Amino acid sequence: MTSIRHIFTLFRKEILLEFRQQYSFYGVLLYVASTIFVLYLAMGQPENTVWNGLFWMMQLFICVNAVAKSFLQESRGRQLYFYSVCHPVHFMLAKMIFNACLMLLMSLLSLLLFQLFLGSPVSHPILFIAISCFGAISISLVFSFLAAIAARAQQNAALMAILGFPLIIPELMLLMRMSSIAFSDVFQSGLMSIILLLFCFDIMVIVLSVILFPFLWKD
Amino acid sequence: MLRKNWWKILSVLFLLYTFTAGFLGGVPIKPILNETIRNLYFHVAMWMVLMIFLIISLVYSLRYLRHNNPVDDIYAVEFARAGVVFGVLGLLTGSVWARYTWGDFWSNDPKQIGAAIALLIYLAYFVLRNSLTDPDKSARISAVYNVFAFAMLFPTLWIIPRLVESLHPGGMGNPAFNTRDIDARMRMIFYFGAIPGWALLGGWICTLRIRIQLLTLNQESHA
Repeated sequence: MTSIRHIFTLFRKEILLEFRQQYSFYGVLLYVASTIFVLYLAMGQPENTVWNGLFWMMQLFICVNAVAKSFLQESRGRQLYFYSVCHPVHFMLAKMIFNACLMLLMSLLSLLLFQLFLGSPVSHPILFIAISCFGAISISLVFSFLAAIAARAQQNAALMAILGFPLIIPELMLLMRMSSIAFSDVFQSGLMSIILLLFCFDIMVIVLSVILFPFLWKD
Repeated sequence: MLRKNWWKILSVLFLLYTFTAGFLGGVPIKPILNETIRNLYFHVAMWMVLMIFLIISLVYSLRYLRHNNPVDDIYAVEFARAGVVFGVLGLLTGSVWARYTWGDFWSNDPKQIGAAIALLIYLAYFVLRNSLTDPDKSARISAVYNVFAFAMLFPTLWIIPRLVESLHPGGMGNPAFNTRDIDARMRMIFYFGAIPGWALLGGWICTLRIRIQLLTLNQESHA
């Protein structure tokens, strides 16, 4: 019970910080909007497969930008403070929950902008929204852990991209496969097995982060 | 174990057996595959050795996280290095094979993509190591990444290629390792020649590199 309260307190602290600074939210929002506008200028209204591919690549880049800040913005002194007052597992879980929420919001906003600028070829909108929420959470979990590694290495987003892109390819491949189902009018089988596989992936990432983060934590 | 000689001799003998029996021995005649079926002794063996070495590397990374002994870190990185070398060789032997059976060196088959991802993930491991200057920190963080990467990689290699259509032997009713496709002669050479031969050769390369690294470590600690 106390650990849930700790996690919640840390989570609230993240949200509070975000509200006070409003740095990552508006920063990433501007990034999303301008990238989608550039895409619109470059290709107008692309066909289904291109739309799908662009959407997921966009999610990937949003995630790198949004999540990277979560660990990198902590100064050394503040980190020492957290080290002395809270448990690493609580700290990591709070970060993951916060990143998942941020990423969820961002991906819904970017979906909206995609619809506005690049047209809406999706034939099952509800299914696609559900898939993109699921995908946003999955991607943000992986990148939360990578951000923790990159923050330790004191080399920001560049290192995170190097570490993260190969690791995320399998997940992205699965997500693109899954979301292509939402484009076609004919319902295809195989959706359940992919969802199950991604779900197992997510569980594994959470478990590994909980186990491994304490090793990154101590300096 | 590092300096014993018998297993190095054994490795050479195994490989001599693999090469002579592998190129001269009889193989079952299959359409399309024809003589390329002999690639089993090289390409498939490379990936088996990669698996073995990456598992060894994982074990040493876990040991490092438990005991913080720099020697374990050296073992982990050298086995990962040798594993990647075998992975590159596996990819090359595979694409040469694909040239003669599928018609092209690279055809975006899920297995090829999975193999390329695996290599990229482990190359990122070396980049991460080199980006950290403090040896203790570098060892710990890269050990953490190694565990994470291994856990992310193996579902990719084992599960995803089975979910999607692949031309690779073993998938979608294509010929592979079952009793219909390879016979006892081939299995004999594969399990008692190729796998131990290549694994021991890789182990030999690893031990040489590990010995150099250990000497460097000793020198640094005495300086």
